[in-house]
Amino acid sequence: MSTTPDIEALISQKLDELLPRKLGALLQEREEAKTPSMAIIATKGTLDWAYPPFILASTAAALGWDVTVFFTFYGLQLVKKDVSDLKVSPLGNPGMPMKMPFGPDWFKSINWNIPNIVQAGIPGFESVATSLMQQTIKNNGVAGIAELRELSQEAGVKFVVCQMTVELFGFSHDDFVEGMDYVGAASFLPVAQKADVTLFI
Amino acid sequence: MNFDRELDARGLNCPLPILRAKKALGEMQSGQTLRILATDPGSVKDFAAFAKQTGNELLSSAENNKEFEFYIKRK
Repeated sequence: MSTTPDIEALISQKLDELLPRKLGALLQEREEAKTPSMAIIATKGTLDWAYPPFILASTAAALGWDVTVFFTFYGLQLVKKDVSDLKVSPLGNPGMPMKMPFGPDWFKSINWNIPNIVQAGIPGFESVATSLMQQTIKNNGVAGIAELRELSQEAGVKFVVCQMTVELFGFSHDDFVEGMDYVGAASFLPVAQKADVTLFI
Repeated sequence: MNFDRELDARGLNCPLPILRAKKALGEMQSGQTLRILATDPGSVKDFAAFAKQTGNELLSSAENNKEFEFYIKRK
């Protein structure tokens, strides 16, 4: 019975040759047939941080992905019916350039380095900074939050909202846009588990 | 190049040109061509990626005088 080990060795050798090729082709086929998916957790409620979730969600939907955004804590601000009152604060944010959106080029290029203590002491500083940012957004042809949000929903992005934080912050469902599910962490996690891309914003 | 529909995305910034293009393509028939004009420098790479991912064919991508022109054929 000296042939058996030979046959086994032969089979083993053949398998080593064939399997990676077969498996590779199968995996590639599966990869191509699969609809990519993304799950985002949106936790910030300021004008600047409103952009990443809606830009990524609407773009992913345009690429044909399945997208779910879970709004929780301050992220609830992003699904209120009216988002025109979202604000941005340069206070304690050294990463935010403070430039004027009007005037001659030399003036627009100045970065106004205003100390925190001054920013904190001037009433309405945040409102002024916000309207300057809104003007900058307009000047640059960047979409408004309401528009990006609408485009996201139109494109089939699923919005889910953390019911616990809705209650925690004293909101009611009437404060928010239509077409959302109110859920808990246990509903979101299985979605995130299956997603190819998961982001915490 | 012939086209069936035109999208003027000049002056718009990321991700609006892509979103508008997707919407326009959605309203077109298979095989029809969309011409897109844009000024966002990021749109060159973005439309290439968009076409690759969605299976719509990017027939041409050109720049002249800081304006970009794309032709995309709906799959």
